[in-house]
Amino acid sequence: MLNSIIHIFLALVMPPLLLGIIGKTKAAFAGRVGAPFLQPYYDLFRLLQKGSVFSTTTSWVFRAGPIVALATTAIAALLVPFGAHTPPISFDGDMILYAYLFALGRFFTMAAALDTGSSFEGMGSAREATFSCLAEPTLFFALITLSRLSGSFSLSSMLINISFGVWLSNGAALILLVGGMFIVLLAENCRIPFDDPNTHLELTMIHEVMVLDHSGPAFALIQYAAALKLFVLGAFFVHLALPYATGNAALDWALFIISMLELAVVIGVVESAMARLRMVRIPQLLVAATILAAFSTLLVIR
Amino acid sequence: MYFALQGALDPALVALSAALLIGCAGVPGLFLRKPGPGQIIAAAGTILAAFAGVPSSLLLLYSHTTTTYLLEWGLPFGPCELVIDPLSAFFLLPVFLVSAAGSLFAVGYWPAAEHRTTERGLTFFYGLLASSMALLLMARNGVFFIMVWEVMALSAYFLLVTEHEREDVRRAGIVYLIATHTGTAALVVYFSLLASQTGSFLLPAAGSLSAFSSTASLIVLTAFVGFGAKAGIMPFHIWLPSAHANAPSHVSAVMSGVMLKMGMYGLFRTLTYFYEPPFLWGAVLTVCGITSALLGIAFAVAQHDLKRLLACSSIENIGIITTGLGVALLGVSSHNNTLVYLGMAGALLHILNHSFFKPLLFLGSGAIIHAVGTRDMNLMGGLGKSMPRVTLLFLVGSVAICGIPPLNGFVSEFLLYLGLFRQLEAVSLTYLVFLAPLLALVGGLAVVAFTKLFGSVFLGTPRSTVAPHFHEAGVTMLLPMFFFALLCLLIGVAPQIALRLVSPAIEFIYPQLVSPSITAGYGDLLGRLSLSGVLLIAAAALVTLFWKWRLGKVPVSATPTWGCGYQRVTARMQYGGAAFSELAVSVFNGILRQRIERPTIAGLFPVAAHCSDQPTETFLERVISPLFALTGIAFAFLRRLQNGLMHMYVLYIFATLFILMLWAH
Repeated sequence: MLNSIIHIFLALVMPPLLLGIIGKTKAAFAGRVGAPFLQPYYDLFRLLQKGSVFSTTTSWVFRAGPIVALATTAIAALLVPFGAHTPPISFDGDMILYAYLFALGRFFTMAAALDTGSSFEGMGSAREATFSCLAEPTLFFALITLSRLSGSFSLSSMLINISFGVWLSNGAALILLVGGMFIVLLAENCRIPFDDPNTHLELTMIHEVMVLDHSGPAFALIQYAAALKLFVLGAFFVHLALPYATGNAALDWALFIISMLELAVVIGVVESAMARLRMVRIPQLLVAATILAAFSTLLVIR
Repeated sequence: MYFALQGALDPALVALSAALLIGCAGVPGLFLRKPGPGQIIAAAGTILAAFAGVPSSLLLLYSHTTTTYLLEWGLPFGPCELVIDPLSAFFLLPVFLVSAAGSLFAVGYWPAAEHRTTERGLTFFYGLLASSMALLLMARNGVFFIMVWEVMALSAYFLLVTEHEREDVRRAGIVYLIATHTGTAALVVYFSLLASQTGSFLLPAAGSLSAFSSTASLIVLTAFVGFGAKAGIMPFHIWLPSAHANAPSHVSAVMSGVMLKMGMYGLFRTLTYFYEPPFLWGAVLTVCGITSALLGIAFAVAQHDLKRLLACSSIENIGIITTGLGVALLGVSSHNNTLVYLGMAGALLHILNHSFFKPLLFLGSGAIIHAVGTRDMNLMGGLGKSMPRVTLLFLVGSVAICGIPPLNGFVSEFLLYLGLFRQLEAVSLTYLVFLAPLLALVGGLAVVAFTKLFGSVFLGTPRSTVAPHFHEAGVTMLLPMFFFALLCLLIGVAPQIALRLVSPAIEFIYPQLVSPSITAGYGDLLGRLSLSGVLLIAAAALVTLFWKWRLGKVPVSATPTWGCGYQRVTARMQYGGAAFSELAVSVFNGILRQRIERPTIAGLFPVAAHCSDQPTETFLERVISPLFALTGIAFAFLRRLQNGLMHMYVLYIFATLFILMLWAH
């Protein structure tokens, strides 16, 4: 019970901090001081106070976009174990629900973008639709590998199962998996090299361009949902890459928080060191990620 | 009194009478001079039949009973049995539900007053189609089966060519007729082979034939061709998109929602005859199924025609069902009960689900076409504001068909996924788990196809002025759609109910397989799924409340969409359907390509130019069409027989009979 409360508390409070750390890391690389760590919280708070502008073209579908995006990510957050602790919801086959919840959020985000009638937002949703469809099989290959390694069919046991012992016995498969899933993590969260969350150059963007017309509280919901998505997918990834576990509940929570912060720093470093890819290269990289994950599945199934 | 009534009302007899009532419902209209009442009588009769037929089918399904009637028909093909067992009862549910909803929809969509010439035939053949499908499910005599099968196929043809003054409709009709008769030819062979095995035209009992003989393989092969052609499994799918696109929408709903399932029923029924099926059968079904699913949805992504897109997605859904059946069969061959149960449950539930959301979408497309007057998605847009109710119902259907929680499409795919993942602990056929990422890709492409459909039709601003009368659909059109949307939500939120529906049918096919503990175990699992669905809806409600509260506190204003500084934004600049899917189609280049004709722009002041693109299907263009052309050349001499003289045709029939008689002696 206490673990569930901590789980929900972390999911509610911590996501914007990751964005703050990524920003700070990038600033450090660029030789700037950068915005404070808590800047994303200030931004969210300020957006909630701001007025809202709705396009006259839009209907209720536009308003449903941010709501569904946040609700689906929130439920997905209840399925992923944070650190060595079991999540509030767990059952056989919940990994399929986890994958499809994001599809629901995406469906509504894209519909909201198309509802504005703007060609920029249409372009963004067309890209999102195509790229996320290419990223889907990667996640499933990863789930198969994890399910095979742990012999279980729920997200929590297959992720908690990963330990340094598993790394020693199945290192090759896990390295491939970490590579594939890191690419998916960056692509799904619209980070460099797939998308640049900072530019507002419409022609280069995917996710940012879809939410161009949202404002005020709705935009706050979207920003928060995006941070939460990074947090949820990050928690998934951290299990693969940094499987620390001590057996002590409090220590495990601390380790989880530290690992998430490390992940944020790594993403910041990648964003500082890399340039955004050309749009035609993105499908190729996503397919490469799928093949990496498929290799890891082959290695554990053979 | 009550018991007497219960005794008199045998549910099987009620279902049989309901099936016959649907067939007769369109008859009064043929004799009434005034247009209108006939259509209403037909709708009332069909709905009444559904009210009688659905509960009795449910009762038959739950009570696990098999009822047999003997039809005295005096034909020399042995006894003609009409049997309703749980498998038939399961397939009867969509027949009654969809035909009733479609007949109500027709009152608003194809009103007799506006379509005086076509309405009578449409109503009559519609009843005949539904009735023949219900009888098909009860038929146990091979010859009777072929007869109702032909009534079904031909009434579907007459429905399809309702608008026969249009060239493309006639063309679609011919393609359909050729495809369905190729299938029927295979079925004639199939029933003859069966009769040679069992010695009578009665269909064999479940598990009564051995699978290890060359005749058995031939029987299954002919069944696969005959029933597969009806179901639209690749490579027998070529007739499907044009047929479903060109029929009136409520007919498309029945064709796609129910008639395709008759092909699946035939496959299910055939596979029950045999015990110990070889691996090859399951493997072929699985490969054809997953190919249909992948290519079907890839074709759907490329379509510009609203109804063609829906038709291609039917190929995808039939593919998913066939995959489920295939893996279940592989489970039988490898003695893996988990795989059999989950594959069967996924396939059967997807049959039911598809017969809810596909009619919903086809009826919705009917409402759209009724309002806009075109099927081309590139000309639509912004319908959401003038028809908000259709928009909401269509959204439910779109989300459901993508297999997204919390609606019903997710539940059947969930069961199938779970079956595939469970293969990881199986002793053999572990690699079946590789189907899971392919299904995920199918799901991703479905999202592309249906966001394209929903976005380009309902969202944004209207793209052209083709709309003669933009209006919300009437209540007779909305009610059937609302009903299906409700069913989608019900199964999505309470999937345990759905499992109770499919379990009796699975138990009938594999009696040794289903135990109360298995059903209870998966019921429990689906209960957790249902809880997550409820949580999801609660979370959405909570976020909505929070947002409403914030919106109440801050100033809200309305302006046009931000054009990034550009002042003269027009509707033609927004992303259309073709533009939306162009990127995704380019990824699937090869099996699918868009034939794009770009204008050449020359000179300083280019004149108005035209650009067009046409989705094409490589397999159809490179393989099937040349094959048909060759066949046409090879059999050109037979055309002389077709001289248009009636007495010659009668002579042909007589000559054939005479030769057959000589041969028999």
